[in-house]
Amino acid sequence: MTHSTVEPTPASATPDGGHLLELRDLHVEFRTNEGVARVINGVSYHLDAGETLAVLGESGSGKSVTAQAIMGILDTPPAFVRSGQILYRGQDLLTGSEEQRRQVRGKEIAMIFQDALSALNPVFPVGWQIGETLRQRAGMSRGDARRRAIELMDLVKIPGAAKRIGDYPHQFSGGMRQRVMIAMALALDPKVLIADEPTTALDVTVQAQIMDLLADLRRDLNMAMILITHDLGVVAGVADRIAVMYAGRIVEHADVRSLYKAPAHPYTKGLLESIPRMDVRGQELSTIKGLPPNLMRIPSGCPFHPRCPYVQQVCVDVVPHDLVLGDGRTSACHFAQEVRDDSAR
Amino acid sequence: MFRYILRRLLQMVLAFFGTTLIVYALMFAGQGDPIQALAGERPVTAAQRAYLTEKYHLDATGVGGFFYRYFDYVRSLLQGDLGQSLTGRQIGDILQAAWPVTLKLALIALAVAIIFGVTAGVIAGIRRASIFDNSTLVLTLLVLGIPTIVLAPLAQYFLGVKWQLFPPTAGSDPTFYALLLPGIVLGSLSLATALRLTRTSVAENLRADYVRTARSKGLVKRRIVTVHVLRNSLIPVVTFLGVELGNLMSGAIITEGVFNIPGVGFNLFRGIRTEDGPLVVGIVSVLVVVYLVSNLVVDVLYAVLDPRIRYE
Repeated sequence: MTHSTVEPTPASATPDGGHLLELRDLHVEFRTNEGVARVINGVSYHLDAGETLAVLGESGSGKSVTAQAIMGILDTPPAFVRSGQILYRGQDLLTGSEEQRRQVRGKEIAMIFQDALSALNPVFPVGWQIGETLRQRAGMSRGDARRRAIELMDLVKIPGAAKRIGDYPHQFSGGMRQRVMIAMALALDPKVLIADEPTTALDVTVQAQIMDLLADLRRDLNMAMILITHDLGVVAGVADRIAVMYAGRIVEHADVRSLYKAPAHPYTKGLLESIPRMDVRGQELSTIKGLPPNLMRIPSGCPFHPRCPYVQQVCVDVVPHDLVLGDGRTSACHFAQEVRDDSAR
Repeated sequence: MFRYILRRLLQMVLAFFGTTLIVYALMFAGQGDPIQALAGERPVTAAQRAYLTEKYHLDATGVGGFFYRYFDYVRSLLQGDLGQSLTGRQIGDILQAAWPVTLKLALIALAVAIIFGVTAGVIAGIRRASIFDNSTLVLTLLVLGIPTIVLAPLAQYFLGVKWQLFPPTAGSDPTFYALLLPGIVLGSLSLATALRLTRTSVAENLRADYVRTARSKGLVKRRIVTVHVLRNSLIPVVTFLGVELGNLMSGAIITEGVFNIPGVGFNLFRGIRTEDGPLVVGIVSVLVVVYLVSNLVVDVLYAVLDPRIRYE
């Protein structure tokens, strides 16, 4: 890895790191009647051409909202991007016009969603929905769009694509529906594919097939991919780097191998330890105590401190900065070194 | 689908017999002496009484006699003979004259509901919580709250009599213009319901996941709303309007009464008032069929509009 990864402080970030996609100190909040929920609190990460970044975190950690902010499909209101930059090829998407952002969607950055059944329009045939992108965005004729839609469905390995093009979403199985979603996202040859929990709604065996498909397609089409998931198992075989999110922050960022070998943030460590293992028997499965924080009242200091086994007074008082651990690893923990050394043992 | 329709048709036969039986029973159970009712105030001679008793099978008494007369009635009904009203007119002729008027009125009312209700509902749904949305909500609540029996005379008095924008009554063989005001009054209720239904449906669908997908495809907002959202939002609205057309076709007793429109509802009301049993039962029997058929059409239409609906 040649690039230095997440900078310790966004202010000192290089003006143009040459990344394909780069988020700098993104803040998003939800303004509701009950108050303001700070959902994203200074997220910075980058993505280079052809690589896969996994964004890991539990529900409500802000991983999907970050992705929707990149796409520019946040529901505003209630969601507002308060500050930060989203640079695509060095251009800040947030300062562009809505029309410029629309041009980027689908063509440069495409996205697939968790629940393909609700993400597809129930009253239009799948071929029509795939073709719509081609007709509307690439100016294809009806016939060309149809032929291309069949090709795309073949590409994502939907058996009998030509026959199934007129079927409706509810006529497909969960895995096939997700393939339709993927085909639709690939229609305009995007450079970045954001997969938001693409396998969460699927059976375990189908999960593996979809992940394999995504990995193959990413390689064959030379895309970069952001894989959003809460499932550590999904990540291992596919991702190059992992960014772990907690309470709207990136708490740890590392390449897959070193993160699995020795997590340097107590949260990541807790996540890894809570995976059931076949080779360890007769031991109670360890869990992370407590609940994710209420985003309207994020704890002082390190947001993880109420649940953290390493907690000290400094964690309550001071927000930890990203600590650079070498190899481009960072961890937003006052005791990052200690945690990593503990984990490595 | 075919089997579904067949089953529904069989159910309709049952529903038809059930409703006509009830209406027939209610209408004739209340009468004291049907022959005297037929004759009105005039005295009835013994010969006339004997003839009428023979004609209407009134010699058979009790439950057996009732069913005998009922099935006799249904038999001629199935042959297309609705019989005669107590005034001696063929009920078939009465309906033939009344129905086109009611149909015209119903179509005007439905057009009003579609043009204003659905359009305003779409706008209100897109601009939720705006001034437009809130004012339509209040207005529709007002319309839904005022019964037609109040709304119709009010509209007639102000728009027809006082400001003379419309003819206050329609009369026999009414023109389109004469039916416009009654049509608006009649349609206002459907309009209010259609508006609220459309608004809710559009607002709900705008938040649907597939809209997020459509946005992430980079479609322009206009297309997302007019193609993706509308196509889904209008499914319940079209269904409602279909049922509503069935309702409107069965005539509007109050509106037709107030504006003196010789439609189905008007005749039905007259039949009830003059205790004209054959007329009431005749009209209601036909209305039952109209209602059942229109409901079946709506259900089939629903399956056409929403591919997820499959009838077995």
